[in-house]
Amino acid sequence: MDMKATKKKLGLKEKYRVMTRDLGWEPGYHTKEEIFPYATYEGIKVHDWDKWEDPFRLTMDAYWKYQAEKERKFYAIIDAHAQNNGHLNITDGRYLSALKVFLQAISPGEYAAHKGFSRVGREFPGVGTQVACQMQAIDEIRHAQTQIHALSNYNKYYNGFHAFADARDRMWYNTVARSFFDDAMSAGPFEFMIAIGFSFEYVLTNLLFVPFMSGAAYNGDMATVTFGFSAQSDEARHMTLGLECIKFMLEQDPDNLPIVQGWLDKWFWRGFRVLGLVSTMMDYMLPKRVMSWREAWEIYGVENGGALFKDLARYGIRPPKGWDDAEKATDHMSHQIMLGLYQWSFGTSLHSWIPSDEDMAWLSAKYPTTFDKYYRPRWEHIRKLAAEGKQFKNFGLAKLCQTCQLPIVFTEPDDPTMACHRETTYKGEKYHFCSDGCQHVFENEPEKYIQAWLPMPALFAELEGDIGKWMDWVSLRDGQDNGDYVGSVDQRNFEQWRGLATSNS
Amino acid sequence: MSTVFIALQANEETRPIIEAIEIDNPHAVVNRQPAMVKIDAPNRLVIRKETIEEQIGRAFDLQELHINLITLGGNVDEDDETLTLSWAE
Repeated sequence: MDMKATKKKLGLKEKYRVMTRDLGWEPGYHTKEEIFPYATYEGIKVHDWDKWEDPFRLTMDAYWKYQAEKERKFYAIIDAHAQNNGHLNITDGRYLSALKVFLQAISPGEYAAHKGFSRVGREFPGVGTQVACQMQAIDEIRHAQTQIHALSNYNKYYNGFHAFADARDRMWYNTVARSFFDDAMSAGPFEFMIAIGFSFEYVLTNLLFVPFMSGAAYNGDMATVTFGFSAQSDEARHMTLGLECIKFMLEQDPDNLPIVQGWLDKWFWRGFRVLGLVSTMMDYMLPKRVMSWREAWEIYGVENGGALFKDLARYGIRPPKGWDDAEKATDHMSHQIMLGLYQWSFGTSLHSWIPSDEDMAWLSAKYPTTFDKYYRPRWEHIRKLAAEGKQFKNFGLAKLCQTCQLPIVFTEPDDPTMACHRETTYKGEKYHFCSDGCQHVFENEPEKYIQAWLPMPALFAELEGDIGKWMDWVSLRDGQDNGDYVGSVDQRNFEQWRGLATSNS
Repeated sequence: MSTVFIALQANEETRPIIEAIEIDNPHAVVNRQPAMVKIDAPNRLVIRKETIEEQIGRAFDLQELHINLITLGGNVDEDDETLTLSWAE
């Protein structure tokens, strides 16, 4: 016989209490210090873990229900994409390069975040925190899987998607994102929360998943829009968790303030450097653009980041150290990185190209103070060389920043005609940096960053400088995956298949 | 004064939700972008279950918002009846 439910359903706050904090218990056989050995060494003082509260008050039962719904929506669109030649519906084959950066650099980062949250969910003593971290660990592996799954549809037809894991580990422009996550994962649990919850979620993903995905929609790529927005619906929760963690640390003890401020300084700059790749995707790799990188940074960086720091000022937090340098770099970075990708395009698992007249007109309009003055002349020179049959190639290897691992291609914050280069000598060895921000990060933790694995030194240490061997090692197929888009196999196939799809001949 | 915002996917499910948010927050600005709608408001935005239910014509659990939520900005406070986004004044 069915039992009749007599009790009234629990309210949201009551349910949250029962299904998170009431799951905890006081240990009897071991001390809390033995069970949670990593909770104190970073210096963060916590007096009452029960003060931690998820503002969404999401409990596991509701979590499964809504995540299942998101997955059903996602797979309905992925099926439709595969059934309807979705790979031919994109605006232009150039757009594929943005997807390749995404798959090689970002999706493996989601997987790294999954591993990190599985770990810190175990390391934090608070039950509310453990539950939130467990949900986030599951979210992150879902993101990695759905992204890889969605993009596998493109791998059937185009080059550069086939070996994203090797590209992620070994390819020079991807180790930028890899080093960000390795840095976070080898930090303590509280710093990890700032690295991912604040820097990756709050600073990065809004720019990556919101204007970029809206751009994917504009470019006819429903598969990417779907995984992007599906992932970002979780990121809203993750950002809230990251912000909650910052407020929690600041409210627990005044001694936590300088530690938290130091992490915000470090991870803002680390995140901003990873955004260099995103800026290039937005300004150069989307054939149809919703907004420029500069416009997106205004909304999600300046306005939203500014609002956050103003809010945190009540705890004594100030905007991060690199804030002003970031503002100065915003009108330059996408151009500098695209020029870098183009001149080293023999060594990229994606195609780059010289912007068309129409693209350059758009870039001039969006970057009125910088593009025509500093970057148009370079592109026009490169175009002239290409017309003479001499593609501009830089066969020298890029010098990489020891901290962010980007090639040192940026200019001085106050002089865009001067290359920016910093160096530090530590224990008799010289280390190079792209900026003051990266130099500061290194100098605060030199023992950590001298251990960084950098792809260019590895080419010599492990492969004797042999470019052919290196290409095999990074699973780059010369003449297929790399080089200029114009004349590539991807271009030929995209145009031929699209022609077949729109005619009967 | 800072801007709080919520962005939702543009689809059939969110159309009445966006209308409800507009009713409850006449000061909010609705920006329609490809595949998404971003709603900005100075300092504070309140989303009410009751107004959504009136617009959508069925019972609605505020946590259903998670399905179509893209992103938000501001401190979150959620209970059974309302979801509030705010920045400290």
